[in-house]
Amino acid sequence: MPANLSARLCSLLLSLLLIAFALPAFAGPFEDAVAKFANDDYSDTEEAIGVVASSGNRLAFPIISALQDGRLMADPDSKKVYVTGADGKSIDAATGQAVASVPDSASAVRLNNRLRRSVDAAIGSLTLQSPDIGARLQAAQSVFKSHEETSLEAVDGALAKETNRSVKAALGDARAAILLFKSDATEVEKLEAVATIKARGDQEAMALLTGMGDQPASVTKAAASAIGSIQSSLAVWSMVQNAWYGLSLGSVLLLAAIGLAITFGVMGVINMAHGEMVMIGAYTTFVVQEVIRTRYPGLFDYSLLIAVPLAFLVAGALGVVIERSIIRFLYGRPLETLLATWGLSLVLQQAVRTMFGPTNREVGNPSWMSGAFELGQITITYNRLWILVFTLAVFAILLAMLRYTALGLEMRAVTQNRRMAASMGIATSRVDALTFGLGSGIAGIAGVALSQIDNVSPNLGQSYIIDSFMVVVFGGVGNLWGTLVGAFTLGIANKFLEPVAGAVLGKIAILVLIILFIQKRPRGLFALKGRAVEA
Amino acid sequence: MHSKSTHDIAAPFSRRGVLAATAGLMLGLASISGAKAADDTIKVGVLHSLSGTMAISETTLKDTILFLIDEQNKKGGVNGKKLEAVVVDPASNWPLFAEKARELITKDKVSVVFGCWTSVSRKSVLPVFKELNSILFYPVQYEGEESERNVFYTGAAPNQQAIPAVDYLMKDEKVKRWVLAGTDYVYPRTTNKILEAYLKSKGVAQEDIMINYTPFGHSDWQTIVADIKKFGSAGKKTAVVSTINGDANVPFYKELGNQGIKAKDIPVVAFSVGEEELAGIDTKPLLGHLAAWNYFQSIKSPENEKFIKAWQTYTKNPKRVTNDPMEAHVIGFDMWVKAVEKVKSTDPDKVIDALPGIEAKNLTGGTSKMLPNHHITKPVFIGEIKANGQFDVVWKTPGLVAGDAWSKELDGSKNLVGDWVGKKCGNFNTKTNKCLGSGS
Repeated sequence: MPANLSARLCSLLLSLLLIAFALPAFAGPFEDAVAKFANDDYSDTEEAIGVVASSGNRLAFPIISALQDGRLMADPDSKKVYVTGADGKSIDAATGQAVASVPDSASAVRLNNRLRRSVDAAIGSLTLQSPDIGARLQAAQSVFKSHEETSLEAVDGALAKETNRSVKAALGDARAAILLFKSDATEVEKLEAVATIKARGDQEAMALLTGMGDQPASVTKAAASAIGSIQSSLAVWSMVQNAWYGLSLGSVLLLAAIGLAITFGVMGVINMAHGEMVMIGAYTTFVVQEVIRTRYPGLFDYSLLIAVPLAFLVAGALGVVIERSIIRFLYGRPLETLLATWGLSLVLQQAVRTMFGPTNREVGNPSWMSGAFELGQITITYNRLWILVFTLAVFAILLAMLRYTALGLEMRAVTQNRRMAASMGIATSRVDALTFGLGSGIAGIAGVALSQIDNVSPNLGQSYIIDSFMVVVFGGVGNLWGTLVGAFTLGIANKFLEPVAGAVLGKIAILVLIILFIQKRPRGLFALKGRAVEA
Repeated sequence: MHSKSTHDIAAPFSRRGVLAATAGLMLGLASISGAKAADDTIKVGVLHSLSGTMAISETTLKDTILFLIDEQNKKGGVNGKKLEAVVVDPASNWPLFAEKARELITKDKVSVVFGCWTSVSRKSVLPVFKELNSILFYPVQYEGEESERNVFYTGAAPNQQAIPAVDYLMKDEKVKRWVLAGTDYVYPRTTNKILEAYLKSKGVAQEDIMINYTPFGHSDWQTIVADIKKFGSAGKKTAVVSTINGDANVPFYKELGNQGIKAKDIPVVAFSVGEEELAGIDTKPLLGHLAAWNYFQSIKSPENEKFIKAWQTYTKNPKRVTNDPMEAHVIGFDMWVKAVEKVKSTDPDKVIDALPGIEAKNLTGGTSKMLPNHHITKPVFIGEIKANGQFDVVWKTPGLVAGDAWSKELDGSKNLVGDWVGKKCGNFNTKTNKCLGSGS
C-alpha cells in the first residue's frame, strides 16, 4: 500500500511540475502584465515591472534587464512584446519562444526616471543570487538604495548563502536599510539596523537616517547620535575634499599658465594671444579625435596621447610664426605688444570660428579619463587626477629642459643678458623664436588637457587668459617655481573660500587678495634678484 | 542667397560694389544696396551676434531667419514684394546691440527686426525701438516681468517653462528638495525668485531650497556638484533646477557624470540646454536628465518633419539640429507675415495693432496665438536626454499655456497685466485700475 501511495504521489508531483512548466503558454497574470508593456503608458509599465519581477517566472530577469538596456520591444498594434538579445536573436516575452524577427512597428519600451528606479530595484532583487560577484554586489547596492520591504525575503535568502565578504557586507547594509523603514520591525532589529548603517558612515547612510520618519523614541535617539558622529567625520572628509579640489583647480591654473610663464615670465612679452594657443591645442585634439572616429575607431583611447605631440607642434609652429612676423618688431615696447597680441587673439578666434563654426565641438573622454573612484568618503574623478599628474609631468620636463639642454642654457643666457649672450656667439633672434615657440607649444599641450574638462569653442582661451596672468604675476615673473606655488596657492585658497562665500564672491575675494598682495610685494611671491630684474 | 540678391542690386554702383564684393563684406553690401531698393522690397533686420561669446547660440537664429525669408520669397514674398534680409553683427557686445538696432531702423529702414538672445541685449535695444517706433521679435525664453508695445515675445515666459517643469518634478518624480542653480545674471536670478516663491506657496520649507549662482563660463564644478550631492543626501528626493547659461553646462554635466550622479538619483531639469548645446557633449552620462522647452526636434508632427527636412536641405547639412528658439522665430515670422498681409502695409503702428489675435501654426501640431500682452500661447514639454543627443518627451501640458508677462508668484507683479489692445498699457495694475506707464 505505502509503495502504491508514494508512486501515486510521485506521478501527481510530476504532472504538477509539467503543468507548472507548461503554464506560460496560457494567459495568466504574468502574460497580462507583459502585454501592458505595449501600452506606452508609464503607469502601466510600472505596474508590469512589479508583477513581472515578483512573478518568479524564468523570463522575469531577461525581460527586466532588456527593459533596462532598451532591448525590450513592444508592438502597439498586436500588443506583443519581444526581448531582443545582444546577439540579435529575439524571443516572445510572454512565452519565451524564439521569433524569427521583430515587426517593424515595434519600438523599444520607454522609461522615465521613476521607472528606471523601479527597474533597478527589480533587477536588484532578481540578481541577488547571481553567480557573478560583481552582479551580486550591484544587486545588494540597488536593494540598499530602494530598500523596499518586499525584497527582505530575497535578501535574507541571499545572506544565508553568501560567502564573499564585501557582498555580505553590502547585503547586511541592504537588510538594515529595509528594516529601518519596515513598520513592523521590532525595536531591537531597528537599533541593530541603525548601528549597521552608522558603521557605513557615508552620505547615503546620512540620507537613510535623516529620512526614516516616525520611529520609537530609543531608535530616534540612536539615529540622532549616529547622524552626529557621521556628520563630524564627514566634516573632516570635506576638508580633505576641499584640499583635493584645490590641488585639482591649481593644476588646471598651472597648466594654463605654464606656457605664459615662458612667453611672459621669461621673455617679458605681454602675450594676450596665449589663450588662443590653448584653444588651438584643444581644436587639434578635436581634429585628431575626428580622424580617429572616422578612420581608426579602435585607437580612440589613445587619442590624447597622439594629440599631445601634435598640439605641441601645431601651437609651437604657430608661435614661431607669430614671433618672427609680429613680436620681434615690438621687443621693448610692451604697450604695442599688448595691443598687437590682443588683436591677434581676436583674429585667431574668428578664424577658428569661421573654420569650425561657432558652436562647441565634441571632444570625448577616453575610457581611462571617465568616471571616479572613492577614496574614503571623497570622490576623486579620473580626469582631474590625470590632469594633475600630466601637469606635474609637463612642469618637470620643462624644468629639466631649461636646466640640462643646450637650448635651455641658451634661453637662460639670452634672457639674463642678451648682449653678452650675443657676443658669446648665441644666435639670439633664433633663440627668441624658439623660446616663444616653446611657450606656445606648451600652451597647446594645455589645450589638450583642458579639452577634457571644458568646452571646445572659439572662446576657450579667453576664459583662461586672466587666470594665467594672475598666476604668473602672483608667483613672481620669471620664476617657474613661483608659477607652480602661485597656481596651487590660488587653487586651494579658491576652493576653501567657495563653500563659504559661493563661487562668485569667492572669485572676487581671490582677486581682492591678489591686489592687496601685489601692493605689498609688487614682484610676486618669488621675486627674481640681481641683474635680470633691471634688464 | 542673401549675398546673391544684394549683389545684383548693387551692380550699378560698380566701384564700391565690386570692391565690397571682392572683400567679401556681405554686411557692407546689404546696407549699400539698401538705400536704393526700398520700393520693391520689404526689409527685415536680423540682429543676432555672429561673433563673440553669444555667436554659439545666435548664429543659428540668423540662419533661421534667412531660411524663412528664402521660403517666403519662393512663395512670392509678402504683399507682392520680396523680402530682403539685412544682417548686422552686434558681436555679443550689449551697447553695440543698441547701435546696430538704430542703424537697422534709421539707415537701412527695416520694417521689422528679429533678434537678441540675452535679456541684457534686449534691455539695451528697448529704448531704441521705443524711440524710433519699430518692431522687435524676441525668440528666447526669458524671465518675464516685461511687456513693451514694440516688442513681441515669442519665447517662453516663466509660466511657460519653469513652473510647469517644477510641477512635473513635484508630481511625477515626487521631489521634495530643490537645488536652484544658475549663472549669475538677470534671467536666472529672476526665474529663481519666481520659483522660490512658487515652491514656498506649495509648502516647501526654506531649508529644502538651495540656491547657487556661478559666474559666466564657470568650468570648475567640483565643489558645487559635491554640495549638490551632500544636499541630496538628506533623505528626501532631490532635483536640480538649472538656469545655468549655455556654455557652462558642458563642464557641469561632465562633472555630474564623473561624480556618478545619475538622473534617477538626482535629476537635473535645465531651461537653457537644447539640441544645439548637446551637440558638444558626450551624452551618455546625461541619460535621463531633463529639459523643459516648448519645442523639441524629436516631436513627431507633419509640420515639424517638413520643417526639419527643409531646414537641413537649406543648410546642406543632413545632421543640422533644430531647437526651441528657432521654432519661436518660425512662429514669430509667420505671425508678422500674416499681420502685414492683413493690414496690407508695413507701417509699424498698423502692424503692432494687427498682431494681437493673429494665429500661427507651431511645429508641434498646435496653433499659437499672439496675446494682448505681446506674448504667445505655447505648449510645454518635458524631455529626457537620450543617448543620441535628442530628447524623448516624457510629459506635456494638456493644452497650450498663455504666456504671462508679469509673474503671478511675485508680490511686486501679481496684480499687473500687459494689455496693448484694450488698455494700451504694458503694466496695468488690476487692483488700482491704473497704468504704471513706462519707466517701471
